[in-house]
Amino acid sequence: MAAKRSEMVPMGLLWGAGIATLVILIVILAYILSKGLPLISWHFLTTNPGVRGQAGTGIYSTILATVAVTGVALLVAAPLSVGGAIYLNEYTRENLLRKVIRQAAEILAGIPSIIIGLFGFLFFVIYLLPYTGGWSVLSGGLTLAFMVLPISLRISEEALKAVPGELREGSLGLGATKWQSITTVVLPTALPGIVTGLILGMGRAIGETAAILLTAGGALGVIHSLRDPACPMTLYLYNILTEYNDTTTAYGTAAVLIIAILAITFVTDWLMNSYTKKLKGL
Amino acid sequence: MFVFSQGVPFLAEAGSSFLTGSVWLPTDSFAAGAWGIFPIILGSLIVTLGAVAIGAPLGIACAVFLAEIAPPAVRRVLVPSVSALAGVPSVVYGFFALLVVVPWIRGQFGGFGTSVLACWIILSVMILPTIISISTDSMRAVPREYKEGSLAMGATSWQTIRSVLIPAASSGIVTSVILGMGRAIGETMAVLLVAGNSVTIPDSIFAPVSTLTATIALEMGYATGAHQQALFAMGVVLFVFIMILTGLANLASRRRVTF
Repeated sequence: MAAKRSEMVPMGLLWGAGIATLVILIVILAYILSKGLPLISWHFLTTNPGVRGQAGTGIYSTILATVAVTGVALLVAAPLSVGGAIYLNEYTRENLLRKVIRQAAEILAGIPSIIIGLFGFLFFVIYLLPYTGGWSVLSGGLTLAFMVLPISLRISEEALKAVPGELREGSLGLGATKWQSITTVVLPTALPGIVTGLILGMGRAIGETAAILLTAGGALGVIHSLRDPACPMTLYLYNILTEYNDTTTAYGTAAVLIIAILAITFVTDWLMNSYTKKLKGL
Repeated sequence: MFVFSQGVPFLAEAGSSFLTGSVWLPTDSFAAGAWGIFPIILGSLIVTLGAVAIGAPLGIACAVFLAEIAPPAVRRVLVPSVSALAGVPSVVYGFFALLVVVPWIRGQFGGFGTSVLACWIILSVMILPTIISISTDSMRAVPREYKEGSLAMGATSWQTIRSVLIPAASSGIVTSVILGMGRAIGETMAVLLVAGNSVTIPDSIFAPVSTLTATIALEMGYATGAHQQALFAMGVVLFVFIMILTGLANLASRRRVTF
């Protein structure tokens, strides 16, 4: 339906808003990638940062730190969120407990990362010092787990909820126990959704800085244990900008981060599309 | 929570002068009453409200575009783009703002460039994904019959958007704006890099400003004793703001528009 003349202006503005959003994204990504991509080389990825983050050095130890911190966060958050989602969706009715848990997860998701960081600093860095080694990979990862949890819990729950009831009834009707139905029918069907939740949580953990700033310590050396202080890529980027004033390494680091986030976006987008198609085909 | 256990006693002791005082000299142990965070709270509010004032209209317009107007091909590009925008780490936004927005402001308007305006620009971009995705969902949830009824009565598509779609989706739109506000007030790294972080009440939008989040992040590294407790108390203040916003968002999303 063609818009009338009097509608050209508002409709044009709406088109403009949509295009502006796209342009903003492209400008930000293109700017950083165009300056950062040429800097990324095998040397850049496998060399340790210099003492003062000077150009010509790499970001090897910071990549390692990001992987370690994110890994700890996922190892803690994944079983909790998937287990929690199964419990909430398969074993409880819509009751008070469920409402309370969901509300709590929602609140947790809305808490600013700096406050989660303050909590992680008090609890993991100071209170649990003998176990976590103070500022360390472990403290940082455990703090991040609190940020990953609400995301992956909610998305896992949505995925389980989207599994048609007939599948469960069919499985139970064939004589499978409840647990057998969950492990052989419900979980495989909901798997793409659950994985999406975990990958999105991973993206949050990779990109998080404020909470890491207060809990991970920021030492640039290669980590040897979970109790070593570490400096993930995001924190390194911040430190370069505020202390070393070396924008070359900063562009490279930012480009690596953006590539990681774009990869995550594409994978989750693709997973969710295939999941929706799969459910429609059932 | 642990943060409260550290922050609340300090709040109780320092009392209202903590919230209303305007001098912040945490490392000067001789200056009595130098724990005023009023400029910092005000800074957080100025930065947040400005960002929402810029980001909300753009975000809502983009949501209408996505939900109603965009051809499927455009939508297929724009939806993942919005989620990519949501996934970009905040420190990367800050980096971009520091290297592009700040020098631009410095060149155009003078001053340091690290300013209220720089925060507004980058935060308004950062809250776009929140506003767009939640608003779009609520607009898509509006029953087709409403729109079809309106169009069948001879209303044009813009009239339908304005007087049927937006009112029907208003609770979702309001929720999205409030959550965007929460994201803006809680944002740390981008603000930390571009705000300038001087604890004064900014006298123009080109003046540096300091926010709750940035001050905590900046000073936690070296704070000890009472200073550290004061920072935790600021965390408590921030938490209260977030709780108020979450409560409002819940209220807004519960409100149903009936015809």
